[in-house]
Amino acid sequence: MNIVVCVKAVPDPQQACNIRIDPVTKTLMRCQVPLVLNALDKNAMRAALDLKEQFDVHITALSMGPPDAEGIVRECLALGADQGILLSDRAFAGADAYATAYTLATAIAKIGPVDVVFCGMASSDGSTEWVGPEIATFLDLPVVTMVEEIVECRGPQWKVKASLAHGYRLMQVQLPAVFTVTRKLNTPRALVFSGIINARKKSIVRWGIDDLGVPAEAVGLKGSPTIVSKLTTTQSKREVEILTGTREEKATQLLKKLVDSGVV
Amino acid sequence: MMKNGYGPVWVIVEQRDCRIRTVSLQLMGRAQKLAAGLNTTAEAVLFGNLMEHHVRPLFAAGADRVFLGSNPQLAFYEPEIYVRAIVRLAQEHEPEIILLGSTAMGRELAPLVAARLQTGLTAHCIDLVLDENNILEQHIPAYGGLLSIICPQKRPQMATIAKGVFPMPEPDPNRSGEIIPVTVPEDVSPRLQTLEVVHEVPDEIPLESAAIVVAGGAGAGDPDGWRQIADLADALNAALGCTRPVVDEGWAPLESMIGQSGRMVSPELYIGVGLSGEQQHMVGITGAKVMVAINNDAKSPVFDQVDYGVVDDCRAFVPVLIKKIKAYQKNQVTC
Repeated sequence: MNIVVCVKAVPDPQQACNIRIDPVTKTLMRCQVPLVLNALDKNAMRAALDLKEQFDVHITALSMGPPDAEGIVRECLALGADQGILLSDRAFAGADAYATAYTLATAIAKIGPVDVVFCGMASSDGSTEWVGPEIATFLDLPVVTMVEEIVECRGPQWKVKASLAHGYRLMQVQLPAVFTVTRKLNTPRALVFSGIINARKKSIVRWGIDDLGVPAEAVGLKGSPTIVSKLTTTQSKREVEILTGTREEKATQLLKKLVDSGVV
Repeated sequence: MMKNGYGPVWVIVEQRDCRIRTVSLQLMGRAQKLAAGLNTTAEAVLFGNLMEHHVRPLFAAGADRVFLGSNPQLAFYEPEIYVRAIVRLAQEHEPEIILLGSTAMGRELAPLVAARLQTGLTAHCIDLVLDENNILEQHIPAYGGLLSIICPQKRPQMATIAKGVFPMPEPDPNRSGEIIPVTVPEDVSPRLQTLEVVHEVPDEIPLESAAIVVAGGAGAGDPDGWRQIADLADALNAALGCTRPVVDEGWAPLESMIGQSGRMVSPELYIGVGLSGEQQHMVGITGAKVMVAINNDAKSPVFDQVDYGVVDDCRAFVPVLIKKIKAYQKNQVTC
C-alpha cells in the first residue's frame, strides 16, 4: 500500500505572538520564528505509521514550502516515513489553498499509484481546511474530512468515523481516497534517537516547477484565485481598569465587579 | 444571470431533521443584504427529504428563490451527491457569491464545490462587505489585525462563516418566493457513502446561550491548571471555552474553542484566563457586556480589549477567586 502524508512547515505556534503582518507587503513576517511540523500533520503521520505496522506500507512525506521546510520533511523521515519529497520553487510562493492543493495533487500524481493520502485537518497558520478536500478534487478521489477513528482498514473498502460538532458520521469509502485527520484520531509519535539516525540514510527529493511540468500561471500567487487586498488594524472600544493590591484584595475587588455585572 | 448584471447570491442551506439550521438563516439574512447591494436576487439551495413544507423560514429570512432537491437519498448530507448537484446548479445559474456555514458539512462541502468550480474560497469569515467595485471583501482576523481577502477574477466568490457571526434576520412572515424543484438522481456514490449519523446531546452548558463564559488559554500551563479554570466555570455556573493552544494541548475538546474557526459567543460576562487576546479568539466574543482578563503579563494585548484586568499568575489567582466566589454564594443562600 502506498501512502502519501501531506505535511506543512508552519511558524512555531508557541512563538506565534511574534508574527505580525507586514503592512506593506501584506504577507506574514515570519523572520525569527522557526518553522515546525504542523501539529495536526503529526496525527496524519501517526495514522500512516500505524498502518505500516499492520500492512506492507510505503510512506511518502510530501511538503510544499521554502527550502528550509526540509527540516520538517526530515522529521517525518525520522518518525518513519520511507521517502521525503519537498516541492520548493520560487514559482510556488504565495499560493492560496487552491494553488497549494493543485501543486500537491500534481506531485501525488507524479509519485504514482497512491492508495491513501493523509492530511492534517487544518494548518495552524492559515487555519483553512481546504487543501485536503481540494487535493481529492484535483485527483478525482473521494475524501472524508475530520476523521476521528479508522474503524475498518483491511481491504480496499474502509470505514471511518468523521467528527461532527457533537457526534459523528460513519462513512464507507473505496480506496484510493483522501482523509483529513483530527487530534482525536491518535496521539502523535515522539521522535526517537534511532529514527533520527535512520533518517540520515534516507534521501529527500526536491521537485521544482519543471519537475512537475505545470504552467507557471497555475501555481503560486499567479495560480491563486484569492488574494489579500488590504490589512486593517483593529481598535478596541474598551478601556481597562487594572485591579491592584495583594492577591486577596484583587480577588475581592474582582468578585465585586462580577457581582455588579448582575449575572453572578 | 442578468445581462450586464450580477448573478444571484446563494446560501447552501443546511437542515437537520427537516429543520433549517440557525447559521443558514443568519447567512440568508446577510445574503439578502449583499443581493440588494448588487441589485440581484438572494437564493437558497436546500437538499433534504420531504422538505417542501419547511422552506418558509428561508423566505422570511430573505430568500427570493429556493432551489429544492427532495428525495429520501438526500435526508442526510451525502458528500458526493450534494457536490455533484450543487456544481451542476452553479454552472447553470452562475451565482456571484456562494455562502456556507462553518459547520462539519459546510467545511467539507465548500472546498469540494470551490475546487470543481475552479474558484477561491475564504475560511471562517467574520464579516462580508462589498467594496467600491462590488467585489466581496471577506474579512478574517490574523496576527493582530484584520485581513480582507478578495477573489477578483474567478466566480463565484465563496466563503464559509460560523454561526453567530451575523445576527438572526428579523423574520418577515409576509415575504414569500419561488420554490424551484431540483431533480437529484436517487443513486448512491459507488465510492463514498454515509452509513450512519450519530448526534450526541452535549451535557455541558452550551457556549452560545450562556450568560457567563469562562475561557482559558495556554497560561493554564498543564492539565491541573486547566482543571482550576474549569472549576472557576463551575463555580460561576458558566460555560467553559478555550483558545486553540488549549485544544492543541488536548486539555479541552475542539467543540469548546471560541473564535474565528470555532464558536461565537455573546455572554453578559466574559472572563478570559491565561490567554493573550489573539484576534482569532477575541473575534469570537461579540457584544459581551462585561469583559474581564486574568493574565500574568501586564503588557498582554488582552488588557486592551477588556473592562477589568487582573495582572497575576492565573494558577495562583484562580483558586483564591473561586474561594471568594463560593464564600459569597454561601452567604447569599443563608441570608
